Order: sequence, then C-alpha cells, then structure tokens
Amino acid sequence: MRAYLDAIAAGYPTVSPALVYLIGMLAFGALVVFVFILPVAGITSWVERRVWARIQSRIGPNRVGPGGFLQWLADGLKNLLKEDVIPAAVDVPLFRIAPYVVVAGFVAAFVALPFAGSLIIADLNIGILYISAITSLVVIGILMAGWSSNNKWSMLGGIRSATQIICYEIPVGLSIFPVVLLSGTLSMQGIISAQGWAPTSWHMFHSPFLFVSFLLFFVGALAEGNRTPFDLPEADSELVAGFATEYSGMRSLLFFLAEWGNLYVIGVLVSTLFMGGWQVPHFTDNGVVLAVAQFATMFVKAYFWVFVAMWVRATLPRVRVDQFMTLCWKYMVPIGLVNVVGTATMMVVLPQGSIVLRWIMVAMTAAILVQFARRVFFHLRRANYGRLGRISEGAA
Amino acid sequence: MSLELEFADGRDVFATEDMVLNMGPQHPSTHGVLRFIIRADGEVMRSAKADVGYLHRSIEKIAEKVGWHGFMPYTDRVDYVAAMTTNQAWAMAAEVLGGVTVPRRGEYCRVIAAELGRICSHLLAAGAMGMDIGAITPFTHAVRERELINDLLEELCGARLTFNYMRIGGVAWDLPPGFGAKVLRFLDHFEPYVDELDDLLSGNKIYIERLANVAVVSRERAIAYNLVGPNLRASGVKYDIRKHLPYSVYPEFDFEVPIGEGRHGSVGDCWDRYIVRLHEMRQSARILRQAIDGLPEGPVIAKVPRNYKPAAGEVHVHVETPRGDQSWYVVADGTEYPYRVHIRTGSFAAMAMIEELSRGLMIADLVALIASFDIVAPEVDR
Amino acid sequence: MSPLAFYPLAFVCIASAMGVVLSRNPVRSALSLVASLFCLAVFYVFLQAHLVAALQIIVYAGAVMVLFLFVITLLNLESDRGLGEKPVLSAIGFGAGAIVAGGLIAALSRTSLGARAVTLVPTFGTTKVLARQLFGDYLVAFELTSMLLLVAVVGAVVLAKRDGSYEGDEQEAAVPARSEEASH
Repeated sequence: MRAYLDAIAAGYPTVSPALVYLIGMLAFGALVVFVFILPVAGITSWVERRVWARIQSRIGPNRVGPGGFLQWLADGLKNLLKEDVIPAAVDVPLFRIAPYVVVAGFVAAFVALPFAGSLIIADLNIGILYISAITSLVVIGILMAGWSSNNKWSMLGGIRSATQIICYEIPVGLSIFPVVLLSGTLSMQGIISAQGWAPTSWHMFHSPFLFVSFLLFFVGALAEGNRTPFDLPEADSELVAGFATEYSGMRSLLFFLAEWGNLYVIGVLVSTLFMGGWQVPHFTDNGVVLAVAQFATMFVKAYFWVFVAMWVRATLPRVRVDQFMTLCWKYMVPIGLVNVVGTATMMVVLPQGSIVLRWIMVAMTAAILVQFARRVFFHLRRANYGRLGRISEGAA
Repeated sequence: MSLELEFADGRDVFATEDMVLNMGPQHPSTHGVLRFIIRADGEVMRSAKADVGYLHRSIEKIAEKVGWHGFMPYTDRVDYVAAMTTNQAWAMAAEVLGGVTVPRRGEYCRVIAAELGRICSHLLAAGAMGMDIGAITPFTHAVRERELINDLLEELCGARLTFNYMRIGGVAWDLPPGFGAKVLRFLDHFEPYVDELDDLLSGNKIYIERLANVAVVSRERAIAYNLVGPNLRASGVKYDIRKHLPYSVYPEFDFEVPIGEGRHGSVGDCWDRYIVRLHEMRQSARILRQAIDGLPEGPVIAKVPRNYKPAAGEVHVHVETPRGDQSWYVVADGTEYPYRVHIRTGSFAAMAMIEELSRGLMIADLVALIASFDIVAPEVDR
Repeated sequence: MSPLAFYPLAFVCIASAMGVVLSRNPVRSALSLVASLFCLAVFYVFLQAHLVAALQIIVYAGAVMVLFLFVITLLNLESDRGLGEKPVLSAIGFGAGAIVAGGLIAALSRTSLGARAVTLVPTFGTTKVLARQLFGDYLVAFELTSMLLLVAVVGAVVLAKRDGSYEGDEQEAAVPARSEEASH
C-alpha cells in the first residue's frame, strides 16, 4: 500500500507526498467500505432473514432477485428514498450525528481486520487492542442516539447498551489475554501466524483454559454486539425499539447496518484469535491463488460464527438486566481471571504446549459436535410438521 | 462533615425522582390497546398502573338495543381470541331465560368448537409468551399450528376469527361431512406438537430464569383478587367451571384440571401460569377425542321462535373460557330486547392485580407478567 | 508529524475542548470532551505511542466518559439550572478557576515553545517497552495505584449498598432517607 502510494507521489513532484498519502488512504478506505463492508453487512441482513425464516418455518424474503437475494439492495434503496423524520423535541445535531458515529465506530474496526496473509489495511502492532478501543465509539453513538431522541424508551435503551458494552468489555478483554500471552503479540497477523492451519495448532485447543476463553469471548462478543440473548438495548417487546425508536429511513438503517456489520467483525475476531484465521496449508507457490484460498478460509470461518449468532438469536429468549449483570460479574469475570492465571501457569509448566493435550481437546470437541448433530437429527426426524398440509383439504 | 447542596430553587441536589413511563396504548407487548403508567426507579418499577378503556365498545349496552338473536355476532368481539366460548355463554344465558333445551348433538358441536377455540387461544398465549420474553421462534411455530385449527373452524362456520357459530338453542350448522375424522387427524398431529413446544421452550434455562419466581400469586391472593381460569389454577386452586359448575355436556367427558406445581420456583409464578396452559391444551385434545367418538345423531338446534321473547327474570351463567370463568349476568323483562347485560371476564380480574404485583419488578418482568396473565385487551374493556 | 494532519486535528481538538467549557448543555459538554480525547489519541498515534493512544481511547473515551454520560443522562439536568446560581458557589468556582489558570500561565512561561528534534529508539512506545517499565521499574508504584483503585471500588460498593431497597410502597419515605444519608 505504502509503496504504491510512494510511486504515485513520485509521479507528481509538485504535490506534497503527505497530501497524496491522505487522498490515497481516503480513497482506499472508501473503496473498502463500498466494495466489502456495505455488501457484507447488507447480505448478512438477507442471510439472517432467510435463516430465521427457515428456523421459524416461514419462507422469508423471496421476491427480489433469485431467492430474494437482492432484498438488501431494495431495502437500502427504499430507506434512502424515505423521508428523514426528525421529531420536534429532539436535540437535532446530536440526533443527526449519532448514526454516523455508530457506523464510523464499526467501519474503523475493519482497518485492523485481517482478510488474508497479505490482505490487511494496516497491521497495527496493537491490532486487537485498537479494535476493542475503536468499537467504543459505537457506545458513544448509541448513548447519543438514546439521549438526543428525547424519549424515555430510547434513553433506557441507550443506558442499557452503555452498561452492557462497558461491562462486557472486561470479560472480553480477559478472554483475549490468554491468546496474547500465547502469541506474544497484539498484532492480528502476529496472532494468526502463531497458529497453523490444522485444528490441533489452533489457540482454541491449546488447553482447557483457552477453550473456555473462546466461549467467554464469543458470549461476550454477542453481548457487545447487542445480539440475543443480550439484545436488551433494542428489546422490542420491552423498549419498543430501544435507542432507535425515534429513527426512521436511512438513519435507522445505519444502526442496523452497524449491527449486521458487527456480526462479521465478531466472526473475524473469533476465527483470528482462536481458530487460526486465514491459515491454509501451503499447497501452491502462486501468491494470488494462496491469497484467494486464505481469504476464502477466513470468510468461511467468520461466516460460520455469523451463522451461529443468527441461530442463537432465533433460539434463545432474552435475559433480564440484573441476570445479565450477574452473568458478567459473578461468572464471566472470575472465570476470565482464572483463565489468564491458568494459561500463564501452563506456559511456565509446558513452554511448548502439549500435543497430546491438543489432540485430546480436538477429539473431545469433535465428540461434542457429533453428539449435538445426532440430537438435532433425532429431533428433526421426530418433528412431524410439514407432512400434514392443509387439513381441511385432505381427504379423511 | 455536612454537605448541604441545593439548586437555586431550593431542591436538594441529591434528591432522586422516579421516572414516569408510558407503556402503551401502542406498545409491542401490551397485547392490544392497553396502557400502563409506570413509575420506575431506573429499571425497577415502583408501580404500574393500568389505564383501561381504550378498547371500550359498549358491547353490553349494544345488547339492550339489538335483541336476543341479533347480539350473537357482537359476542364474538368480546374476546376475539376465543370467540366460540363467548358465543356459548350468550346462548346459554338466553336459553336459561327462555327455557330452551339444546339437542345433544348441538351440545357436542358446541363442545368441539369451544375446545378447538381453547387450543387456539392457548397456542397464541404460549407463543406470545415466548415472544415477549424474546424468543421469536416459538411464536411462529405456535401460529402455524393455530392456522390448522383456523382452517378447521373455517370449514365449520366460514369464519376464522369471529365465528358467530352458535345460536340460541344450538349451533348454526351441523359438522360438515368428514369433519370428525379431520379433527382426529389434526389431534394425531397436534398432541406430539405440544410435547415439541414443551421441549422447545419450557425447559430453556433463560426462559425459566425469566419466569420462575417472578410475580408470584399466592393461593390466598389469587382468591382475594378473584383470579379465574388458568391464572387461578396456576396458584394451586383446582377450580374449573367445566368440572365444578358443570354446563353443557362436559360431565360426560373424562379430563383433568391441571394446576401449578411450582416446578421451577414458587407455586403461582409466571412459569406456572405458562405451563398450566400447555397442559390444558393436552386436556382439550382429550375432550375433543371423546366428543368426536361419542357424537350422537339428531338435530343440532332446537325450535326457537324468530321473535325470541324470554320471560322476565334474571340469570347468571358461568362459562370456562380460555381466560377463565366468564360470567354473564343477563336480565330479561319479557320483551324482545334484554333489559341489562353484564359480562365479567377473566382478563379484567387479572388486570386489576397487575398494579399490586408490579411493585419491585423490573420493566422486563412486567412484559412477562402481562403475557403470563394472557390478557386480551378487548375482554378487559368490552 | 505532517502539518496537513496536525492543523485540522489541533483545530478540532481545541474547538471541542472549548465546547466542553462553553456548552450550557451537560450532555454536549461531555460529548465534546469525548471528541477532544479522541483527538488527543490521534496525536499519540502520530507521536509513535500507539499503545498509549489505544489505552487513552479505551479508558477515557470508552469507559470514563461513557460513565459520565451515563450519569448525566440519568440525572436529566436541565441546561439552564445549575449550582452556579448560588453566589457563594460561583465565587468559589471563579476563584478555583483563576488559581488553575494562573498556575498554567506560570508553567507555560517557563517552557520554551520551540520544537526540539528528538531521535526515537525503534522500540519507542511499543507494548513490550511499556510493560517492562510498568511491571519492572515502576512495579511498586503500579501496584500501589491498583490497591488505591481497589479501595475506591470497595468504598463505592459500600456507599451504594447502603440505600435503595424496594420493599413496599415507601417511595415518599425513600427520598428523604436517601438525601439524609448523603448529607452525613
């Protein structure tokens, strides 16, 4: 990236190189946003609706494009054309800015997200720390939205969200520490490089502590992303639509964009920290082919977690505020502390890790997954809907 | 050290105020047009005052002007989630006043229709319960099953929500050919489904945490507040009008009255109210099977004059609707119009209790409480 | 640091800092402070102190300011009514402000504002170096600070525990009780 900009700057000796950098970075940023982030967030909305529909024995959007695939474009267009209603008693500047702050917070996280071995906008040496820092913009945006709407439901939503994100920052942070301890770096590419393509070399299966860390991280990330069972800020049956109650049109859509986009961020973080990120076997020397394979690996892993988050959302009820806090402070934080100490102890006792332990961990996880799949299929066989059709039409 | 800080207008800086929240009339989880005025300290409610009357349509007054037969369609609107039982209550009141005896086949038709309606209503209640707690999937599954019943009832009387099926002296139409077999086929499908809903929702850890020990109604308070139906039975009182003040042909059927057992908390919590409804669906299925098996032959409606004029007098009938004992107090003065009609409904009693129960609950619990009482707004206001 | 980046940032930083003081609306003040803190974090980045920048955002903009906002929105302060209307308090405020301003001017007058070129070691500002210092050279100070914070947390919990139970309908009684406790 830098070399490329240097070359451009050399072509225009009269222009300050700093200006070229600035314009170049802005253009590149805009490109990433439009070519990758917006479509991923939009398509995630369509996927989520289809996945839910499947789980809820509905059909879901199926009119626009093949399988309703273009629904997200249609919705975006519709919302762009809608009137931007600003209620009378709101704090107008804050009300207008809030959605942009939220979107900025989540888009900025993409700066340090790895896509493939050579594809990352900036491999910061504080990568993971940067991401947890910049996403705090989202909280501020949500609080702004909640307060400026001049609506008590909005405010309750904003306050819930702020509480939630601040509190769960701690278990999430604690579950990142063991990974950082193992990798010896905060850089995202560094963390991935410390793992390999095989599951036995993933951080997740290093020791039981890391596996628990992984669970803590996923649960905490769901909470920070305001996803069910922790979707209290926008709990539609309690707070109408939480902080987004007074928003309409594109501004309202921006909040959802950030939510769906955040899902992908969560997926990438989980696969980077615990599942070897873009690591693939070195099967070819062709750099482009390798990069494509790495990108695909990363995307599949990340999207698997996106799917799990959707699945969880369609399955679980919502916890109450006090239960939510209890879970965080009485369970997740102590467990996280134990994990940090445990991992550090492991690293002193077994500096190279134990390949036997890794294999046992992988085998146990596989066994749990197989058992789970068997239960799912058992229930699917037992479920007898779909065979009946419209009773009143069938012959007796 | 004393710290006396005041605002310029003399208010104490450290004084706190309650937040007054307006939940409704348009709110996603108030099940119709209900309104609660919540005084809350943060998320904890000091009180939730119900403000009723948004759905008042003067149904009782209308009865005094439309006549005995003409009032039947209006009864559908008293509780549009379970219109069959309201139909039945009005028909029964008029029959008692006029001394009309319903043919046995007519009574069986009524029971079949009413029990299908009960399953319908309980499905909606259980699904909406999950929805209000935040689980979106059980609702669509429950509504899918409800759709099958709606199809059956559509075949029976042409309507899917406001049935207008019963008449003074019986029912409007006999069961269509093959209807019994279809109901049995539906039940074969439905009974395993109740178990499935049970698996899907009842044992969920978060679901139990949200409902167990929330808004516990003790046996004594339930009786003192005159709770009825599933809400009363969840508090451990075995009282079902179908068993204890029998009407129609219910004494001929063998069924049980499920009561709350406090499996995950105290007897009479939200979870008990939910599970009682689930068990009642199974019992309704049992009644339906027996009714289809024992369906007698004969007419479905007695000879009732078009110009129906019951003798002067008054009557108080009780019917077990999905929301409990619905009692109709009807006064006749010997003309073709009722003199006075008063309906006392289950939701009304439950609504009255919410203010007491809401103290110290969180806002999220209020949603669970409303859902667990299965309040249907039109039934409160009429 | 390129002037192209510095001047706009510095302008935003100072403007939002002014906003903190000049805005009559407490929520806007707090949000201006957030903006100002963000700009400072960007300055840290340009000065090669990446870790400090991240910590600045996490701790100040992310946690502390969100709690500020939290409290302010809960208190629902009205912008035109404050403690300032009491003459004694205004006088105290002005006095304290004057002392701080005087101290700052005195400190600034001793510093030369000219830029000094400093050569940085390549590891400057990295996590490793910072961690060495915190957990090696300044370990005692670091641990003492954390003890202090722990004491503060325990104290806050004790204070918060003392009031606020929701038994019965004692809302009239609860309000004076609370203010009485606060005044001791």
